[in-house]
Amino acid sequence: MAESIKDKVAIIGMGCTQFGELWDKDGYDLVIDSSYDAFEDAGVGPKDIQAAWVGTIMGSTATQLSAPMKLDYIPVSRMENVCATGMEVMRAATFALIAKAYDVVLAVGYEKLKDTGYGGLPMAVQASGSEKWHPVIGSGDTAPARYAMAATRYFHKFGLSPEEGKRTLAKISVKSHYNGFLNPRAHLRMQVTEEQVMKAPMIAWPLGLFDACGVTDGAAAAILCRTEDARKFTDEYVTIKGFGLSTGPGMGKVRTDYDYVHWEETVRAAQMAYADAGIKDPKKEISMCEVHDCFSVAELITYEDLGMCEKGKAKHDIEAGELALTGAHPFNVGGGLKSFGHPVGASGIREVFEGYQEILGKAQSPERQLKDVKLALGHNQGGNPGRFISSICIVGQP
Amino acid sequence: MIGIKSFGAYIPVYRLSEAELARAWGGRGGKGERAVANYDEDSITMAVEAAVDCLTGFDRGIVDSLLFASTTPPYTEKMSASIVSGATDLGNEVNTMDLTGSTRVGTTALKVACDAVKSGSAKNVLLTVADCRLAPPASESEPVFGDGAASFIISDEDVAVEIVDSYSISSDFVDVWKRAEDSYLRTWEDRFILQYGYTEKLMAAIKGLLKKTGSSMGDFTKVVFYSPDGRSHGRLAKSLKLEEGQVQSPMYGALGNTGAALAPMMLAAALEEAKAGDKILLANYGDGADAMILQVTDQIEKIRDRRGIKKHLESKMQIANYEKYVRFRNLMQGEADRRPQYMSSLPMMWRDRNQVIPLHGGRCRNCGQLQFPIQRVCAYCQSKDDYEEVRISDKKASVFTFSMDERAVEVDPPRVWTICDLDGGGRFYCQMTDRDTSTVNIDMEVEFTFRKIHDGAGVHNYFWKSRPARVS
Repeated sequence: MAESIKDKVAIIGMGCTQFGELWDKDGYDLVIDSSYDAFEDAGVGPKDIQAAWVGTIMGSTATQLSAPMKLDYIPVSRMENVCATGMEVMRAATFALIAKAYDVVLAVGYEKLKDTGYGGLPMAVQASGSEKWHPVIGSGDTAPARYAMAATRYFHKFGLSPEEGKRTLAKISVKSHYNGFLNPRAHLRMQVTEEQVMKAPMIAWPLGLFDACGVTDGAAAAILCRTEDARKFTDEYVTIKGFGLSTGPGMGKVRTDYDYVHWEETVRAAQMAYADAGIKDPKKEISMCEVHDCFSVAELITYEDLGMCEKGKAKHDIEAGELALTGAHPFNVGGGLKSFGHPVGASGIREVFEGYQEILGKAQSPERQLKDVKLALGHNQGGNPGRFISSICIVGQP
Repeated sequence: MIGIKSFGAYIPVYRLSEAELARAWGGRGGKGERAVANYDEDSITMAVEAAVDCLTGFDRGIVDSLLFASTTPPYTEKMSASIVSGATDLGNEVNTMDLTGSTRVGTTALKVACDAVKSGSAKNVLLTVADCRLAPPASESEPVFGDGAASFIISDEDVAVEIVDSYSISSDFVDVWKRAEDSYLRTWEDRFILQYGYTEKLMAAIKGLLKKTGSSMGDFTKVVFYSPDGRSHGRLAKSLKLEEGQVQSPMYGALGNTGAALAPMMLAAALEEAKAGDKILLANYGDGADAMILQVTDQIEKIRDRRGIKKHLESKMQIANYEKYVRFRNLMQGEADRRPQYMSSLPMMWRDRNQVIPLHGGRCRNCGQLQFPIQRVCAYCQSKDDYEEVRISDKKASVFTFSMDERAVEVDPPRVWTICDLDGGGRFYCQMTDRDTSTVNIDMEVEFTFRKIHDGAGVHNYFWKSRPARVS
């Protein structure tokens, strides 16, 4: 019978590259830099690794990891589950360890997006996210256009004027940029004002430039082992408390009962992860959340779907500062995809990395070091409203 | 009795004013305007619109033949009528035919349709005529040309307008032409071509018909005849000594010269006002001329509820500026887009042919829920392979939510995306066209329109979009 995975696996080392428009680095550089960063942190070397997983949506095969790293014919798999890719890599590595197939494994996520010559995701015109490409049905739609439909409906459903709605979203972006400004590895390290966000060029109404995350190159990596072995390598480690992965049937554009104001896949993934981790009251128990904010509205609705804000009332908590770095429920303390950046395959591991740093007191500067972080939640959702693959990973003190 | 059983028409929502053309090119301009197709429209999409209007109140299954007449078929090889037939959801047991090459093809098609019914080879012929001729920028024809379509059902049952007799002449006179390698129409000095082409040939056809039938101009309630421009129409009306009330307006200043579709659209406008017993003379020009006598019956009262000409003329939006028109017609080369180009896949379009062209959804036989795209496993009750196809294209809907994408690869940004909830159940996700972005809103009433989505893989890829209801 299936049982909880809580505390069975430890993360003994993590690495993360600088995120940004890394014109001078290719995908090989990114996996090498993040992996060696993680090796150093864990005090292990490439020869200690018995199996590896690499996550990327744009890259090709598992040799994207084995070739640059010169891995010694060990099993390496390439994972792809759109924006949930990074967390899928962690999940695969965790399950293999629990199965006792290996003792020490490497999980890497990376994305090299800035070699195309244009903004946005490279496949956005022909297909995007989890949608099946079709010559005419949904042809030419984009991630911002699809998320914006949720913003429009949310404003309507909860009685926010476009001005009020946009201002609510703006506060989320201002918060994320502030957090990213404090974070040395972040891509867009700049503070923005609410007025700047409000007046920014429109991307897909009602979402403007500062409602959208960066298009970023970067990589993150983790070294994992079973918890009972962790102390052989280090005294500083976190354990995995739970995973959730919900792949929806994707019928939001088909079924008339999809309301466009909640992410069902995220609700389901949270239920799974909370059950794994034994969390009864997420608001009381979870210290921090790194969530998928490819667009500000994604974060807004995720507050509610994780149970951290009441449905339709996130505006109140945002205005009260509850979700800021200094608030009761800090979200996207690393800057989020908004400011830290979103190299798709890397994001899930990067979110876990934020929790890892905060839990171990390694947040680099006192302004961004949270106190007494017990549980950190990471969340990604790939696809678009009505058709998501949502993943959650909760890590915590051993 | 053989004749017109139903009629319909279509005029694109956009108007380009003479004042705006004068702003762009100088000159005095005038008060008039012309109808211009949106960038996603062509002769095929306009023919579909007119055909759907014409089929109002009729079961689409009655049509056994479809004719498409146009000087601007979107393909030079590849039939347009078959696409119009598919989008109109007539099924595949339909005889289809394109007629092209002259502004006279609309009336040629009318004769072909009558002959088909007379011979017994067809029972109900759906005739569509549409034109979308591109005038050279800054030319004399630019303020004159317009875009539009008309459609008729020709039958020997429930005839509303009997086609009593006709007379035709053919001519090799060269006045307006376009070679395969030409971007625009070519023409000769108008004083010459109007005298020996238009005026001489149209008069000859009308006189020939009067002589053949022993009629005189005074017999006709309305005289409907083509003209290449407004002034020529007035001159010919004068030569024919028509009373003011007899002259069917060519709609210059409101519609523009819609080429092959002009005379048929004028006929549709005449039928909107016609009463039983009215006698109509219809004359059309192009490489010769056709003249016909039509007699209105009391069946005309059964086909009143059409959008036709009047309602389509009233439902309009000004094109914001000439520069926008330049983009609509792709008249200027812009910056090369570094983003990936649109693609197509003919096997995918073929596999989904019932969904893409006639816009069929699937209604689950177990739970009754309508779904688009068609789901083999029901999205509600998971029944497998148990659905019937249902046409969505003629359903009304309202906007559940929307967005406006400013960064889309799009001729007329922002690209508006809509989640449309269909009256009676079902949801359809599509682009919105013919819209004023300042009025797009949740709960807005929309209808569906067949449009060209893109030309990926060098093929016209058609599908359906929503638009604000043209007539509420």
